[in-house]
Amino acid sequence: MKKLIVIVCALMMAQLAQAVIETYEFDNEAQEQLYYEIINELRCPKCQNQTIADSDAPLSRDLRFIVQQKIKAGETKRQILAYMQERYGDFVLYDPPLQPANYILWFSPLVIFLVILAIVVARVGRRKVTLEGESNRANQEKGE
Amino acid sequence: MANKKVIITSIPIVIFTALVVVFWFSLGNDPTELPSQRIGKEVPEFRLSNLHNAEEFFTNQDLPKKPFLLNVWATWCVSCHVEHPYLVKFANQYPIPIIGLNYKDERVDALKYLQKGGDPYLFSIADEDGTMGIDLGVYGAPETFLVDGNGVIHHRYVGVIDNRVWNTIILPKMKELDPNLEQLEAAE
Amino acid sequence: MIPELGNFFLIMAFINAILLGTLPFYGAQTNHKGLIQFAHKASTSIFLLMLASFVCLTISFIQNDFSVAYVANHSNTQLPIYYRISAVWGSHEGSLLLWVLILAGWIFAVSKFSKSLPDTMIARVLGVMGLIAVGFVSFTLFTSNPFERALPFIPIDGADLNPLLQDFGLIVHPPMLYMGYVGFSVVFAFAIAGLLQGELDYKWAKWSRPWTTVAWIFMTLGIALGSWWAYYELGWGGWWFWDPVENASFLPWLAGTALIHSLAATEKRAAFKSWTVLLAILTFSLSLLGTFLVRSGVLTSVHAFANDPVRGKFILMFLAIVVGASLILYAIQSSKVRSKSDYTLVSREIALLFNNALLAVSTFVVLLGTLHPLIVEAFTDGKSSVGPPYFNLMFSVFFIPILLLMPLGQQISWKKDDLPALLKKYVWWFLSCIFLGLLLTFGLNGFTFTDIEPMAILGTILGLWVIAGTVKYIQLQSAKSQSRLAGVRKISRSYWGMILAHIGVAVTTLGVVLTSYYSIEKDIRIEIGETVEVEGLSVHFKDFKNIQGPNYIASKAIFDVTKDDDFIAQLKPEKRRYNASQMVMTEAAIDPGLFRDVYIAMGEPLDNSAWAIRVYYKPFVRWIWLGAIFMALGGILAMTDKRYREKKLKKKASQEANTNGQ
Repeated sequence: MKKLIVIVCALMMAQLAQAVIETYEFDNEAQEQLYYEIINELRCPKCQNQTIADSDAPLSRDLRFIVQQKIKAGETKRQILAYMQERYGDFVLYDPPLQPANYILWFSPLVIFLVILAIVVARVGRRKVTLEGESNRANQEKGE
Repeated sequence: MANKKVIITSIPIVIFTALVVVFWFSLGNDPTELPSQRIGKEVPEFRLSNLHNAEEFFTNQDLPKKPFLLNVWATWCVSCHVEHPYLVKFANQYPIPIIGLNYKDERVDALKYLQKGGDPYLFSIADEDGTMGIDLGVYGAPETFLVDGNGVIHHRYVGVIDNRVWNTIILPKMKELDPNLEQLEAAE
Repeated sequence: MIPELGNFFLIMAFINAILLGTLPFYGAQTNHKGLIQFAHKASTSIFLLMLASFVCLTISFIQNDFSVAYVANHSNTQLPIYYRISAVWGSHEGSLLLWVLILAGWIFAVSKFSKSLPDTMIARVLGVMGLIAVGFVSFTLFTSNPFERALPFIPIDGADLNPLLQDFGLIVHPPMLYMGYVGFSVVFAFAIAGLLQGELDYKWAKWSRPWTTVAWIFMTLGIALGSWWAYYELGWGGWWFWDPVENASFLPWLAGTALIHSLAATEKRAAFKSWTVLLAILTFSLSLLGTFLVRSGVLTSVHAFANDPVRGKFILMFLAIVVGASLILYAIQSSKVRSKSDYTLVSREIALLFNNALLAVSTFVVLLGTLHPLIVEAFTDGKSSVGPPYFNLMFSVFFIPILLLMPLGQQISWKKDDLPALLKKYVWWFLSCIFLGLLLTFGLNGFTFTDIEPMAILGTILGLWVIAGTVKYIQLQSAKSQSRLAGVRKISRSYWGMILAHIGVAVTTLGVVLTSYYSIEKDIRIEIGETVEVEGLSVHFKDFKNIQGPNYIASKAIFDVTKDDDFIAQLKPEKRRYNASQMVMTEAAIDPGLFRDVYIAMGEPLDNSAWAIRVYYKPFVRWIWLGAIFMALGGILAMTDKRYREKKLKKKASQEANTNGQ
């Protein structure tokens, strides 16, 4: 079993080591930009932690092809991401969708920061401090 | 005052404990396993050729009207070679239809393989460019879908089906789908 | 024989760690001089034992002793000698041994350089570090022993070191990073010893500051090296992927950065004592958490070690004990601590508080994003991924105010300052930065108004603003003395350190922003003899040959890159196949420059002797790592400030002298 793990890892690393280089043609630059944007936001379902842009797995190649086809057919980013999500779930979206399960992810940092801010302002703002002459200026000049 | 402070200084340990619990339960999980998005939905619409006859086409109408297994495989998939003899055995022993979905494969290779190793499939669909595979959300062959008589997918198993998997996962779930299978015994 | 010897040393180190982790506490409690002295002796011996053990494994690698399973799996007779040595830490078991060696090294250093501290304090500090060593040595010994023999079937040749790791970057990156990770155990040990001692005055902050800075310097360089390695070795031209393993190193760095700042407030003003202690505990806890994430397999990562759940359970238990016990101790003891709070809303204290709040929330963002998939999986039956789109956005939200406030934070006075007066000094500088930033991004955009990137403009302005802020700071400081020169001379070395580190942040910011928004990336098909235009660059496929390396064969292409008929560089990318593993690797060719890199990676051969290649033009990419070097240099200046050197000379006398005016 251990050996198998080693082999599997070696294979994964092999994929990782391959720069994925393809030469798709697009009708215009906007399409090409959209293509790179989308393939850099989709996670390869098969690999470890890679975008389909970076992964050389056959499935990633297929998915890139689909993305390219859909872009040429004029589909929007939202449609293409929805297509992928329908088949592979939220897992493929590196940009977690704004839905209740992800509210903590998207909002808690800001909430925590605002709470800290409120506490600091409430507690320190009321304070009256008398400066002890020049001592603190001198202190600062002396350096840390 | 002191009490209030202890409550505040205890917040980190509470959060940390919760995290450790999450980690503990994460340890056994395989982070690479992906749940199927098709559970509870019908097999996606398809029109694909018969592996044995490129002129003939299958659609959803041709799927069995009783619970069956849809097995995604290919000759380039090493694990599928491990799984194949088991499928042949199960197809012979159990009245459970298995439909083959030959995924992104060379037709000639696949036919040769079935001729040599035995054909466990009621019929075989050729998914040459992999569109059906992607519609099903296949990410690593072999994958097996458990489908009921109405064409609704109930479960997906990713990986090789051997005796253990058959007895502990596939068979019990098929029995739930089809009461007629209740009497069947475990494979050996 | 040698592996057995190595194993023996490791076992001895284990026993040594147990003694070091217990006896000094008793000695400190009862003020037993002999046991306190023992702490110093045990610190020396654990370091020597670990060194001996590590040398034994290195010898096994040099001698190609494939009877040792770890050597057989990660080396090969064809492997050049320098990679055979670096292969010692090329995978889980050996890197863990290096980890423990470094820990022992830190223990030894603390015991040697802390002679001026009170005996009981230093005994407890060494004791805490001894306990940490117990955990890591037993982890190595019982779950990941690198000396295990592959008996009875000894392979004729080894399986080879992963080709990705056969590189200079890998020789230096892990030791640097581990120096940082483990280095944070020193400030952690000081904090715990302080809690045990019940003495959390400014002194513990003063003592642990230089140690924290040293660890932070190593961490900064380690992360930068890892990023640089990924950039040139992986062939994607990327330098940061927000991968769990990268985040695992970034988390303690962020927390450590916050810690450096809050230690300043605690030492100088006796403020935020309780918070600083918590931060010290959290920083090292995040180091341990990183170890857990990387080595347990709970998260998928491209860099993760091959892992098994037993190891995961072991580290998780260790993590739970160390962090759990510290946090309980913290909950009980720190509620007794009283911080001084004689400052107002407009003061340096508050500036540092904001710095800490923003850095702490940034740390939280990275932590949350990294762990979110685990949390989702634990509470729902779905799976989720969190990647660059989330991290880039959320991290920016909290990093923008950090950059915005940095110049003001440098200048503001302790206790109370006049905000309008302060702002007035900076207003013209800020406006100039806006103007310059607009001009620079406009230029990079090719002097057009299409595709204007607001984030790029904002980032550039903020980077310039931070640099301008340090210049203004020097100007204001120098204005206080009779002559400018005398004023500049008066700025202490630790302040120069701060200035340099802040410039480093600005330089890295500029590098990140400009590379992210103005890079050109193009996949092209090119035949031998052909010239292809890529956004103003002409790439000429000059020659192609097959070459033979020491342990690989390679296809090598030669490209001449010119721009407007000016020759820029000759680039020779390779595609290698390693003999032992048969792995194929892309060796990108890079023409580095201070203002731009040209980067070519080879893809697949196409028909008609054509190749698919990828061409990158990356403006300012070097600045990302250049900034890290500035930060590290800043750290070195700060830690070599004369008050730390004085302390050594005058010992306790100077400690009392330093309390004056604080």
